[in-house]
Amino acid sequence: MSAKNYTDLAHRHAHGDANPHAIGHHHDEPHGSLREYVIGFVLSVVLTAIPFWLVMSGAIADKNTTAIVIAAFAVVQVVVHMIYFLHMNGKAEGGWNMLALIFTAVVVLIVISGSMWVMYHMNHNMMPMHAEQMD
Amino acid sequence: MSDAVHSSGHSAPLPASLTKLGKFWDLNEHDHPEGHSTMLGFWIYLMSDCLIFAMLFAAFGVLGGNYAAGPGPRELFELPLVAVNTSMLLFSSITYGFAMLAMQRGSVSQTQMWLLVTAVFGAAFLSIELYEFSNLIHEGATPQRSAFLSAFFTLVGTHGLHVTFGLIWLFTLVVQVSRKGLIQANKRRLMCLSLFWHFLDVVWIGVFTFVYLMGMLR
Repeated sequence: MSAKNYTDLAHRHAHGDANPHAIGHHHDEPHGSLREYVIGFVLSVVLTAIPFWLVMSGAIADKNTTAIVIAAFAVVQVVVHMIYFLHMNGKAEGGWNMLALIFTAVVVLIVISGSMWVMYHMNHNMMPMHAEQMD
Repeated sequence: MSDAVHSSGHSAPLPASLTKLGKFWDLNEHDHPEGHSTMLGFWIYLMSDCLIFAMLFAAFGVLGGNYAAGPGPRELFELPLVAVNTSMLLFSSITYGFAMLAMQRGSVSQTQMWLLVTAVFGAAFLSIELYEFSNLIHEGATPQRSAFLSAFFTLVGTHGLHVTFGLIWLFTLVVQVSRKGLIQANKRRLMCLSLFWHFLDVVWIGVFTFVYLMGMLR
């Protein structure tokens, strides 16, 4: 337990708050600092500006490479937002926040990649056939 | 202190291995302070919202190339406009962060001031988006034009709708804070909106990357 928690505890006792369950819950709440918000903001600006610049200037000639690079930037920026703006960590709400997030991420991955994969192959197999193929 | 209720119907005492496990059920329900589970509950709501967006992204991923001989992303999207829009949402994210810091300091007026600054950026984002939509529709690129445009308007429109409701919620909280001050309930509400607002920014990262930037690469 940190020093801050102790002071908070003492503060509560001084005010006659004897409810033991009230103590502890308030430390689960996300708390940011100015430093965290500024770091998150600066990182986000950089991670947004680079993909826009890559696409608008066509700095990378190969389009597939560009697509992979900007997707990577998006993933990194999502993580930056999670840490610096949403204050995610493995300890919030006794780890249930993180567990819900991991579960959601797995479902999102399955839904998006599964849909794209299935529909790509279906489109491929349903291509209009040429006359010579029909015989 | 033991809240465990051991079955009194048993003639023989429970085996030691079982009693060692502790209590099996809890008849003496302990006190739940108001709002102690709100943040977890709201987080789970956000995760379910994430699934809605995942499905819309999947639909766009599948249908995004079906132009039905209509206009494609290269003819329709204006990246400088999207970049301005993205920066509006990013600015609104950090100003909401400043509102949360003011709330932690207990300053009512600064909390309200930063909330209103956030609202200005949010409203600017929505205005630019509506301007873009009206331009598209004016050019004949309506949601009915092609599967690509249906998927585009549904995905981006759903995000815009979330921002609209976030703004309504934000104004409600400005009024709440001015009437009741920074009481515990209002702090909780502000923290929920904080999660919601930053979450919308996270979704927007997906939108500008996979819809706009990758659309220009098609």
